[in-house]
Amino acid sequence: MKQIANWALNVATTRGASYADARIVNQRSRALTTKNGKVGSASDAESMGMSVRVVADGAWGFAASEDLSRAGVEAVAARAVEIARASAQVKQNDVRLAPEKPVTAEWTTPHTIDPFVISVEQNIELSLKIDSELRSVAGVTLAETNLNFNREEQWFLSSEGADIHQTKYSAGAGYTAYAFAGNEIQKRSYPNSYGGQWQNKGYELIDELKLVENARRIAEEAVALHHADQCPEGKFDIILDSSQLGLQIHESVGHPIELDRVLGMEANFAGTSFLTLDKLRTLRYGSELVNVVADARQEHGPGLGTFGFDDEGVPAQCTPIITNGLFTGYLSSRETAHTIGETRSGGTLRAEGWNRLPMIRMTNISLQPGDKPLTLEQLIAATDDGILMQTNRSWSIDDKRFNFQFGCEIGWEIKHGKRVRMVKNPSYSGITTEFWNSLDAICSRDEWTLWGTPNCGKGQPQQVMGTGHGAAPSRFRGAKVGSAYKGS
Amino acid sequence: MLTRHEAADIFDRIKKYSSADEVEVLFSGGRFALTRFANNTIHQNVEDESHTISVRTVFGGRTARATTNRFDEDALRRVVQSSESLAKVQHPDPDLLPMPDSREASGNAEQSVHAAQPLSRYFPETAGITPQIRADGVRTIVEVAKKHKLTTAGIFSSSESVEGIFNSRGLSNWHTQTLAEVSITMIGADSSGWQKANSPDAANLDPLRMAEIAAKKAIDSAHPEEIPAGKYTVILEASAALDIVGFMFWDYSGMAILDQRSFLTGRIGSKLFGDNITIWDDVTHPLQSGSPFDGEGMRRQRLPIVENGVVRGVVYARGTAARMKNSEFKDKVGPIAATGHGFALPNEMGEMPLNIVFAAPENPQTLAEMIASTERGVLVTRLWYIREVEPYEKIVTGMTRDGTFLVKDGEVRQGVRNFRFNESLIQMLSNVEAMSVPLRSCGEESFDMVVPAMKIRDFNFTEVTKF
Repeated sequence: MKQIANWALNVATTRGASYADARIVNQRSRALTTKNGKVGSASDAESMGMSVRVVADGAWGFAASEDLSRAGVEAVAARAVEIARASAQVKQNDVRLAPEKPVTAEWTTPHTIDPFVISVEQNIELSLKIDSELRSVAGVTLAETNLNFNREEQWFLSSEGADIHQTKYSAGAGYTAYAFAGNEIQKRSYPNSYGGQWQNKGYELIDELKLVENARRIAEEAVALHHADQCPEGKFDIILDSSQLGLQIHESVGHPIELDRVLGMEANFAGTSFLTLDKLRTLRYGSELVNVVADARQEHGPGLGTFGFDDEGVPAQCTPIITNGLFTGYLSSRETAHTIGETRSGGTLRAEGWNRLPMIRMTNISLQPGDKPLTLEQLIAATDDGILMQTNRSWSIDDKRFNFQFGCEIGWEIKHGKRVRMVKNPSYSGITTEFWNSLDAICSRDEWTLWGTPNCGKGQPQQVMGTGHGAAPSRFRGAKVGSAYKGS
Repeated sequence: MLTRHEAADIFDRIKKYSSADEVEVLFSGGRFALTRFANNTIHQNVEDESHTISVRTVFGGRTARATTNRFDEDALRRVVQSSESLAKVQHPDPDLLPMPDSREASGNAEQSVHAAQPLSRYFPETAGITPQIRADGVRTIVEVAKKHKLTTAGIFSSSESVEGIFNSRGLSNWHTQTLAEVSITMIGADSSGWQKANSPDAANLDPLRMAEIAAKKAIDSAHPEEIPAGKYTVILEASAALDIVGFMFWDYSGMAILDQRSFLTGRIGSKLFGDNITIWDDVTHPLQSGSPFDGEGMRRQRLPIVENGVVRGVVYARGTAARMKNSEFKDKVGPIAATGHGFALPNEMGEMPLNIVFAAPENPQTLAEMIASTERGVLVTRLWYIREVEPYEKIVTGMTRDGTFLVKDGEVRQGVRNFRFNESLIQMLSNVEAMSVPLRSCGEESFDMVVPAMKIRDFNFTEVTKF
């Protein structure tokens, strides 16, 4: 593979590229779903190819192909340089890359069980067992399960001398029970909605999730929601479970700190950010309790944003994003680091596959747990009048990341420290900084989970990327609840 | 780009490697290039060429799929072996039908008024667009931005693509297409404007005109004023209308009815929308794009799904139609027959209509006429981050973006801060007071459609954001 990459680098530099890198990627995936007692889909996929990214005449060019013959590779490298020269005709400034010491390295996701050695029969048996548990509850009208496994091997070489071989594994699993009755569709998902829990692990993740053990409870809750009262509307103290809080972090912290958005590079599609450069180290993002990091290192955990090196050869790092409530850092790349006075990239550039351009992506954007011991039950006991919301059902935020609205699958009204009743269709909305400043309690490490968001979309052409978000249940004072259902 | 002849040769080799009862191979891919600009600079510029081969095998009611982008003999053997290994361990599915042959797949030609006409959506000039041509287009857009003291961001893309399907019962279908797309955001100090268009024929795109319109929106919406949330008459430009109505079409599916996850469950044959709403699915419409066959190779038929506000029916893959005929719902769902809208098997979603065409209203109005007849309302250029809040009343939420204006006494008065909406699509399509001639439109939240601009009363804005 190194020889193939070097063919590309040689052609690119010979043709005048001042910088070039080549990524050869071999991806393998397996997806299994069931629906109402039957396998819904069963598929394996593999994809392999190479991309060449260059700077020529001070501008970017990128070309990719699945043809790994010498002629094919050299043609792609030449095309990348040609494209860069076309880019150079419409530019304001030359591309400027922060220096990065090139390394030779090997890195593999730590894992116990290669998911591809587990038989498909075993996976189907597990899925159908879950399905059977879900449908054993009267009133469940649709039961869906999913299991997903991925392996991505990448060779990254650059004209500066980087030579990195990296293999990443990820796994995902989850299920949903739907209940249709009257004029209403309700659902409950486990361990999370939209595909469940995802981490950079092997098959051991599936064993850890206690999927079968929770199926009946989830199905019963889906049916019970039909008899629950509508979540009240107004201002309430709300407690978010860790999975919903993970998505709250993703949307209202993770995206606005992407420096390419801040600099206007996503203005046509994903949007920009309220975090203009003057906000760095001046904006009170949240209350004193709020500490958020962007941490791609393995020691943070097996998140979907964990790796050894990003896709331009920068080692995984931990960047403080919010420190005791103060906004302290962005997600950056070699191209953008200088705009915030940094001399080195934060190491966040990643691509969906061999044929896509790496771009700034969230790594693991995590809210640190509270210092003092605090369980969810203790937090509920310390809440006089509030609503606990669990598991995301809908999410939306404006293109500068100010105004958001989330819906959850289930809510629980809290009165005088006790859960008094289930409520259906809970939702809340707010303005990002006002909301984070209203946080007044975070549960401690025992309640903290590193969730995976496998479906983050960004870029043109759009790329889907997995990101990680650690969170423990937290309480927000005086949140606006229920406007999703107001007047419609 | 992969040719039909090359694909047929690959299919023959795959058949030899397979011991399955039936084999189906899907081919897809092509060449895609996109020039992306921001801050008046081309900052990303990409091109890739790739194809995939996706093999489905069947053994006695068991089926599975494996996919590769490698075309050498070892890879072809491996993908067949993967597909067969997966298929053999499945449980037999009594609902799995034999693959269709060519006669079945061609369907009832009388159901499509354009069926006899081959679809030509490949334009060599579009396929031949170079990085230089795209850079020239971007330069034109940047010059407009500079003229108006704005900055611009957007894309200019071009592609040529193939979709093909072959199966062991003799079916073979092949479709080639080109597509060019331009999207432009013009940005001022506290405002922005947007335009987007695409077409199989790049000659239909006018980046200069689009840039000028986007620039005018950015200029006219400067210094946006905050007006309170509430119910307003809104005028949704076609792209905005497309992005919101697109959230209901997943439900126009036989499988969604069988699963009871559709808002049409128990409502087919009912009048859900206003008299002025008639919607077809029609891949043969001259402003549409896409292949004329579905994931099993069945001809996509032209059919009405809403007529004068009444939901007439849903679309069906072959297997879904067969199941529906034996289901408890069979007498409540209107006509049941395979319509050529299925996804590639195996899948859990069934089918959906992907070539939506709104019928022209009896008395179409221009956008200017809609504005002129509005005493107080909001003109919306674009909607953003739309998500479903409630699945049966079909309440969706989202934001306005890139050009939101107060209309007062028949005139566009000024830019306003962007709104969050929470709106039932059933209510919305019951409150349409006027429509334009339907246009080919594209957005970011839904697929391309032929859809009109709409003037809608009592649209439910629930919050205002900070810009």
